[in-house]
Amino acid sequence: MIVADRKSVPEIRDMIQDHQRVLLVGCGTCVTVCLAGGEREVGILGSALRMSLKLAGRGDVVVDECTIERQCEDAFIDLLAQRAGDYDAVVSFGCGAGVQALAERFPNMPVYPGLNTQFIGILEAQGVWTEKCAACGQCRLGEFAGICPITRCAKHLFNGPCGGSRDGKCEVNEDLECGWQLIYDRAKALGILEKLEAIAAPHDWSTGLDGGPRKVVREDQCIAGLGPKA
Amino acid sequence: MDKQPVILAFCCHYCAYAAADLAGSMRLQYPDNVRVLRLPCTGKIEVNYILAAFERGVDGVIVAGCLEGGCHFLEGNLRARKRVERAQQLLTEIGLEPERLEMFNLSSAEGARFAEIVTQMSRRLAQLGPSPLRPDPETVEQHVQQMTQQAEAALAGDAK
Repeated sequence: MIVADRKSVPEIRDMIQDHQRVLLVGCGTCVTVCLAGGEREVGILGSALRMSLKLAGRGDVVVDECTIERQCEDAFIDLLAQRAGDYDAVVSFGCGAGVQALAERFPNMPVYPGLNTQFIGILEAQGVWTEKCAACGQCRLGEFAGICPITRCAKHLFNGPCGGSRDGKCEVNEDLECGWQLIYDRAKALGILEKLEAIAAPHDWSTGLDGGPRKVVREDQCIAGLGPKA
Repeated sequence: MDKQPVILAFCCHYCAYAAADLAGSMRLQYPDNVRVLRLPCTGKIEVNYILAAFERGVDGVIVAGCLEGGCHFLEGNLRARKRVERAQQLLTEIGLEPERLEMFNLSSAEGARFAEIVTQMSRRLAQLGPSPLRPDPETVEQHVQQMTQQAEAALAGDAK
């Protein structure tokens, strides 16, 4: 899932300083699961923001909250569209995709981010999320025993480990596990250590953050003439 | 009345609420500006309950749970402490003094301790002064009563 964490109350308050009626919009998908932008968190931030505005002498600003199932899909934004007209700004508590989906849907309304989108990751323990995928567009997990050298190795090495691996820890941070130690241990357990003897080819970064926003098109699913709503 | 701080005390049914009852039975004196709101466990507390109280104008909030290791639900009071810490962080960001909120641990046998906690908090809030978010005292009182009634209704299973 996409993992995010919240911006501070003063930062959000400063972003909306030119507005009188503000709607905080939560998202019921990834950011609800990572406890950053779901219904409860938006309620907490809404309450905090109203108090902060009042203390700043702007108690007349209206701050309301609502949460939709998924901000990154236009069909779900339909549920918000009627209500949004009552406000002059929106703060999205979705990931960066959610913020931009709202901005595209409401071209005349300022949309601000309430969260800092961090990474694609998993729940490691209660309240702890860890990055697992860099969305490089060219998955090679099959070569590395299912452990990604881009996200798990601090140096993104495809032919590791480096000399900074000590007792399974990374020289960058003693609390950080060496990604290549993890790859080696898992490959050994799977009996595929010989796979690591081959020199891994350079990565094709052209499928990553290169050449503008990436797009996935499934021709068989496309319906001619039906694009995104205006 | 308007110079007395209004304190909302979220009390665990198994300890602090019984301790408050005991303090009454023992005829102990403590400030009458505390409003006790019973929870089935302090693990029921959410950050938004605390913020909602401050938003409605209370001057201070007490969260009172069982002694550590003595929670009826094993770890509700430990979770509550972490949520209180998060709420204190948010209060700082908002611009309110985090000292207006504190978590205490006590057993149901500690009526005197309950009286002491309320007295201590009341003194601290008198020094800090009224909450800058406070509307008129009657409105605060109404808000607190509403919250208490809602909580009691939820406990009785009447909540929709």
